[in-house]
Amino acid sequence: MQEGKEFQLSRRGLAIVTAAAAAATGGPPAAQAQTGAAASPPASAPAMEKVSLVVNGQRHALELDARTTLLDTLREHLHLTGSKKGCDHGQCGACTVMVDGRRIYSCLTLAVMHEGDEVTTIEGLGKPGDLHPMQAAFVKHDGYQCGYCTPGQICASVAMLAEIKAGVPSHVSADLTAAPQLTADEIRERMSGNICRCGAYSNIVEAITEVAGRQA
Amino acid sequence: MKFDTPATRNPIDQMRVVGKPIDRIDGPRKTTGTAPYAYERHDAAPNQAYGHVLGAGIAKGRIVSMDTAAAKAAPGVVAIVTTLDMPPLAKGQTNVALLFGGAEVHHYHQAIAVAVAETFEQARDAAAMIRVSYAPEPGRFDLAAAAKDAPLSSGDSEEGSGAPAEDRVGDFEAAFAAAPVRLDATYTTPDESHAAMEPHASIAAWEGEKVTIWTSNQMIAWGKRDLAKTLGIPAANVRLDSPFVGGGFGGKLFLRADAVMAALAARAAGRPVKVALTRPQVANNTTHRPATIQRIRVGAGRDGRITAIAHESTSGNLKDGKPETAVQQTKLLYAGANRLTSLRLAELDLPEGNAMRAPGEAPGLMALEIAMDEMAEKLGLDPVEFRVLNDTQVDPEHPERPFSQRQLVQCLRQGAERFGWNRRNARPGERREGNWLVGMGMAAGFRNNMLTKSAARVRLDREGVVTVETDMTDIGTGSYTIIAQTAAETMGLPIEKVVVRLGDSDFPASAGSGGQWGANNSTAGVFAACMKLREAVAQKLGFNSADAVFAEGEVRAGNRRAPLGQAAGEGGLVAEDLIEYGDLAKRYQQSTFAGHFVEVGVDAFTGETRVRRMLAVCAAGRILNPKSARSQVIGAMTMGVGAALTEELSVDKRLGFFVNHDLASYEVPVHADIPHQEVVFLDEADPISSPMKAKGVGELGLCGVGAAVANAIHNATGIRVRDYPITLDKLLDRLPPVA
Repeated sequence: MQEGKEFQLSRRGLAIVTAAAAAATGGPPAAQAQTGAAASPPASAPAMEKVSLVVNGQRHALELDARTTLLDTLREHLHLTGSKKGCDHGQCGACTVMVDGRRIYSCLTLAVMHEGDEVTTIEGLGKPGDLHPMQAAFVKHDGYQCGYCTPGQICASVAMLAEIKAGVPSHVSADLTAAPQLTADEIRERMSGNICRCGAYSNIVEAITEVAGRQA
Repeated sequence: MKFDTPATRNPIDQMRVVGKPIDRIDGPRKTTGTAPYAYERHDAAPNQAYGHVLGAGIAKGRIVSMDTAAAKAAPGVVAIVTTLDMPPLAKGQTNVALLFGGAEVHHYHQAIAVAVAETFEQARDAAAMIRVSYAPEPGRFDLAAAAKDAPLSSGDSEEGSGAPAEDRVGDFEAAFAAAPVRLDATYTTPDESHAAMEPHASIAAWEGEKVTIWTSNQMIAWGKRDLAKTLGIPAANVRLDSPFVGGGFGGKLFLRADAVMAALAARAAGRPVKVALTRPQVANNTTHRPATIQRIRVGAGRDGRITAIAHESTSGNLKDGKPETAVQQTKLLYAGANRLTSLRLAELDLPEGNAMRAPGEAPGLMALEIAMDEMAEKLGLDPVEFRVLNDTQVDPEHPERPFSQRQLVQCLRQGAERFGWNRRNARPGERREGNWLVGMGMAAGFRNNMLTKSAARVRLDREGVVTVETDMTDIGTGSYTIIAQTAAETMGLPIEKVVVRLGDSDFPASAGSGGQWGANNSTAGVFAACMKLREAVAQKLGFNSADAVFAEGEVRAGNRRAPLGQAAGEGGLVAEDLIEYGDLAKRYQQSTFAGHFVEVGVDAFTGETRVRRMLAVCAAGRILNPKSARSQVIGAMTMGVGAALTEELSVDKRLGFFVNHDLASYEVPVHADIPHQEVVFLDEADPISSPMKAKGVGELGLCGVGAAVANAIHNATGIRVRDYPITLDKLLDRLPPVA
């Protein structure tokens, strides 16, 4: 019985929160949401949202289904397919892009959460014939095989070196307040959110180390 | 070109382009995100709709009904196709599990519907609205339980590892009973997932009766044949295109549900449809490496010579499936007069088990090479010396068949030297560095070299550019680059003058990418086509082809020289040929060899294992490109670390499915798990293999690694774990007392 009471309470609590959230964001009114929850929902048009993104320096005004991830926006709407979908769960890192200079998993964030944000994808780093130093280092050190995780690895590498430069510590940093060192262990730890099933890790670390050495 | 006598000197022996560590020619595209993978072909067909696959929510039983009303009425929905709309589709030649059709469910996440809509979000939503009513039936999901009465079964993985149900030489039982030193141990390997980074994906577009599938597939000709069979249409009406494959490892050898669902959905929608399996569907909808239970018995004299060896493996599969051929290498790796191998197959209702990188040898060596370590310990011999002592230069079951080349001993000796093996303490659990128990382990690596025909077409234009077309795939293996090197070498061109086009079923059928046969056979096919082109060029320019030298973009003979492009004229010059093989593979055993060496640290308090150093020394014929070949090997070594330490599909034995069907819970190695890796290739060229004198390396790099890790853990801790993966819970209660 106690359990049921708690459940009812939390449902009421949820309705209040939903109403507040709806009022704050100008979404559908709470009454409609409650009706929807009570019976099987009628087919209704998806909630469309306007969003404006600056991708690789170019502004895009989009109207998207609110459920569209940043990744699917890039791949399916802007046809920037360099960012890859490996899991759609934030587990593999193939979708890594930089938003306002920081690396994120673009599958774990909705496009509408990025109004006005600056997004840099692999296509924004360099092109065949005009490679970014990290892209060139990956080619030189064979830091890839099938190539599917590669754009994510490269975006993560570029942003990761910036994090070290900015003094952001990692799990393997011995001293959280000292400037982090550019060691292989630091690079491996910081790159562990990007899976490479082909197993190019040893070469990727060499590519990153070479670029980091040139920057330092 | 028929290859039926050992290769003599040929243009590849110049090693001007072949054998050089050239950067991959597809590298700039892959590193800039401009290499198009299957789901990304926006340009391929206009007006693509999105298909989302619904997988069965039970492992075995029947679908009673499917309510699609809500899904059909959902916004943006173009079509809903369910498995009840059609009878079971015909199975492709290489398919075990039914891919679609009918009410019967044979395994969890079997495709049972596809929702097609204008957007991905709408298709996903609509698929979730399909209400399915099931009549579940009990199934068999427990290999250990089913193994007890599993019958003998012969096996062939389609990937080259074949073994009869039972094979005997001499009298194993008598010799084993008489042996003064004996080992009888049972090892287990778990179900594993290929877990390629790119989930299976296809775009389908119909034009009348013809369908084109832009897909991700290792074996284009198999895929074309089997899609035609499954759809019941002539093969001539099917085209597959797969220029880039985001990892395969055997998981994309066969036609899978993504291609079938895309084709059916596109037909129903009346427009092109793109379909990708979701990450959680990959483990249960597609194939996996089956778990094994392996009993190994070894008997030896006190001198360390093996007198009796038996390897018996049991695995499970769906009805009509095949066993994992884990005993394969034991037939060939070590000497011994009295031998027994056998395979047993239990019928299970789990998803289809099939080839994963080095099927047979990968799990087989995980067991055999621990057994060899255990025997060496019993005999008081160094593990390297024990293996050297039992080397054989002939097929032990058929001594009249020599190995074409076999430098296993050199791999082991050189590996031991380079790795500092002499610093290993033979007594386990004795080396301590801070919190770490440190140990070294080694294992032999072995994988057969398979020969299979492979065709290519080459076209010369007036600019002197050669374009190679073959349906060969590059799954990360470096096919683009080694094929370009082969054509450049044979035609006397710089590599920049070669264009390589792959993965299109309209091109001549190649060996495809499987069984580490891709590199040797596909380049041999390109070599054959180029030799034909050389004839045509010589004839056109009035040279005697026997004297003509092809170098620096020219054809030369005596004091005459002409630019290659001159032979092409306006229309270009085209040659097509294939490599096919005589009986050299029957007369000689062709295999590849490695010595794997690993150093681990095991945390003395937590039992956590960290790999500290890895070395592979490989003998695998001519290495066509040491850079991409080395990558194949380090990648395989990485997969071997996963197999040793973390990878296991967990079976829910009540409901019958792989529970950890994503990349957070099926744990493949990440950056932090892998140290710097060393790879050495012995200088070899095997004229019995092909005109390229090459073999494969991509699977060899995995074979033996798991056992080398296991043996290093034993050396570090004194704990012998025979059940993979060696997770810390299997060590924790047996770790040496912490001082």
